[in-house]
Amino acid sequence: MSKTILYVLLAAVALIAAIVAGLYVFGQNSEELANDMSRDMQTRAMPELPVSTPAAPIPGAAGQAKQFAGREVTVVSWGSAYTRSQIEAYHKPFAAQTGAKVASIDYNGGIAQIKTQVDSNTQFWDVVDMEVADAVRACDEGLLEKIDPAMLPPAYDGTPAMQDFIPNAIQPCSVTTIIFSHVVAFDTTKFPADKQPSTLADFFDTAKFPGKRGLRKTSPKINLEMALRAAGVAGPDVYATLATPEGQAKAFAQLDKIRKDVLWWETGAQPPQLLADGEVAMTTGYNGRFFDAQIVEKKPFKIIWDGQIQEHDVLGIVKGAKNKDVALEFIRFATGTVPLAEQARFIAYGPARRSSLPLVSIHATAGVDMKPHMPNAPENETNAMQVDAAWWAEYQEELNLRWAAWLARG
Amino acid sequence: MDMTVTASQALRADLSAAIERTNKRARSSAFWMAMPLVAFLTVFFVLPIGDILWRSVYNPTLSEVLPHTTNALVSWNGRGNPPIRAYNALPQDLINAQSKDILGKAVTRLNIEMPGFRSMLIKAARSADQLSAPYAPAFGALDSRWGSRETWVKFKNAAEVYTLGFYLAALDLERNVDGQIIQKPQEDSIYVTLFLRTFVIAGLVTVLCLFIGYPLAFMMANTTPFWRNSMMVLVLLPFWTSVIVRTTAWIVLLQREGVVNDLAVASPFFAETERMDLIHNMTGTLIAMTHILLPFMILPIYSVMIAIPPHYVRAARSLGASAPGAFWQVYLPLSMPGVGAGVLLVFILAAGFYITPALVGGDSGQMIGNFISFHMNETLNWGLAAALSGLLLAGVLIMYFIFIRTIGLDRMRVA
Repeated sequence: MSKTILYVLLAAVALIAAIVAGLYVFGQNSEELANDMSRDMQTRAMPELPVSTPAAPIPGAAGQAKQFAGREVTVVSWGSAYTRSQIEAYHKPFAAQTGAKVASIDYNGGIAQIKTQVDSNTQFWDVVDMEVADAVRACDEGLLEKIDPAMLPPAYDGTPAMQDFIPNAIQPCSVTTIIFSHVVAFDTTKFPADKQPSTLADFFDTAKFPGKRGLRKTSPKINLEMALRAAGVAGPDVYATLATPEGQAKAFAQLDKIRKDVLWWETGAQPPQLLADGEVAMTTGYNGRFFDAQIVEKKPFKIIWDGQIQEHDVLGIVKGAKNKDVALEFIRFATGTVPLAEQARFIAYGPARRSSLPLVSIHATAGVDMKPHMPNAPENETNAMQVDAAWWAEYQEELNLRWAAWLARG
Repeated sequence: MDMTVTASQALRADLSAAIERTNKRARSSAFWMAMPLVAFLTVFFVLPIGDILWRSVYNPTLSEVLPHTTNALVSWNGRGNPPIRAYNALPQDLINAQSKDILGKAVTRLNIEMPGFRSMLIKAARSADQLSAPYAPAFGALDSRWGSRETWVKFKNAAEVYTLGFYLAALDLERNVDGQIIQKPQEDSIYVTLFLRTFVIAGLVTVLCLFIGYPLAFMMANTTPFWRNSMMVLVLLPFWTSVIVRTTAWIVLLQREGVVNDLAVASPFFAETERMDLIHNMTGTLIAMTHILLPFMILPIYSVMIAIPPHYVRAARSLGASAPGAFWQVYLPLSMPGVGAGVLLVFILAAGFYITPALVGGDSGQMIGNFISFHMNETLNWGLAAALSGLLLAGVLIMYFIFIRTIGLDRMRVA
């Protein structure tokens, strides 16, 4: 009985607090807006700013200085820490070298927005940073421009781009910039020192490791793979299993086990935030974001590298982009040896060029050695697997629908 | 005598002619004054809704992208072997579609019908110019699925220019390979559940709004002008605030580490481990939607109550009615037009909500509107989105007719 009365009282308090909170949120929003605007202006005002990064000495680029003065290119990416690393490593030096303005827009992945723009012939975007599975599918559907690999600059020692990039990095419509990893991270303070989770299976074991879990809502990709791996399917067998109805049922059954404890995230910035707010005890997310929270913001988080799933992140150009020439030059520039290595100074993602790896050094502000934080560092890779982009291009439509139906069934 | 009658008749005829003329003028000026409204409604209401409903049955993609293959399938009844003419037409269709860069549309449409079409079509398109007759075995060599009847039945289904397929999908039904309508497998069925949930949520929100709104409107209508105005400002203030801001405010309040849970844990009634899940589920959707829709209930009820003369209830009391009796028999029936309008407004608005459930609904609090937006923006299956919208519209209209049958339209007053 007392609880019922309390509920009523709380409801009354909540009503009053709602007004206060509304004002608070409103205030925060405008602050965020102001931040966004100032960041945007920084991006736009780039040519005038002194650039601290070394100008990338890309062969062939000499003599083309300021070739795009007065032009603009719109680059779409995943926001916050990740976009910041790209602004530092690609946008600023590119703007300084070519005179083009680089406008940065955030999105949450998927190809729907690209498709809408292409179908209605209103291309607001030029370059899009995508997960490779989306890029393969978008390319098949004619939503991306073809990129001629011959235009990509060779490495310092003259190694041609085709050999310098890691396998599968160069696709008909896209070029890989970084390898990132989907991992599980947890808040070390939420578990006793002698009972810290250490494997992917622990993520699905809420009996042994109680607490809420964070999972990505916007796509079945990674969720299904992780579920199968935690259910005991070996990395190389995951996609063959997932192609069968039994395999899919097994993956969803594994997710059903933790279903009632799941909080869903949608943008890459959310998982570290959910951990920091204490909303979840463990969550999936991108390793670079966790690195940022862990090392730069000094949060007590830890990454479980066991069962990590690596994926390529690529750059592509929207079909019929208004600034296709600038966009091509941007990709040529950004996927050069130096900008790729430079990016790894700002976020813990592995560069896609072999020639960039030796250049990866210490973090720009935190000063830590970045190598042990890379997804492809040997000690992190003992139980890793790769996302199969071609498989997902085929099954995405079917599984996206089943995923949405599974989610909504509640 | 006769003359008087004729004269008065003539006078009357004159008069009624004059009245008729005046009426006609009034009617025609009223007609012209209403024209902007009619034009507005047509352009911004009737045409878009008509367009969406049209899309739910009109499906020209395949017949535009692969016209000859589609034509070749028209005469095939779906039984027996797939027609040779279709195999023969496909290579040229694929080459044409690729040169016009529109093959992607057909790929997307066909993959909705049957997963796997994507790789089949793309593989076929890549080697279309190298294929040679006889085409049926040539396609079979590329992918054995090209030889199966099911593939071509699905192709034929997707190729129908006028189709009920989207409505079937919107009701969790599908056509099997023999053309019979069957229930979809359980793991792919969702829309019937969502429609039911949508109407249950809309109904619950309406009831909650009525229980909170009616007493509040009563207090506002029966207090001093000072309190009335103050309460009016409090009702209207959130009404003027953006829905997104109000919804986000509820997240701040209701999340596990939010204000409400913090207060609960600080009280002696809840332990730290007993934090309640008040948001990102159906509870969150109900609370936030009730809050957002409350003014739509309060305002019509209040506008009716303020016009009820206070001496009616006094008269009832002086004639011996008890206080509850007077309220029940006199006040409540008089306030019913406002209640009717409020209930209808809130229910119809609630049935179409999607921003609030998307933000605070988690997964169990999702409504049909979220899936309409999902198919409009994410899967780009506009036909299915249109069919879902059509069914939602039909559902709301049915509720509307049931409602005016029971309450009566003439008894409703919005303001």
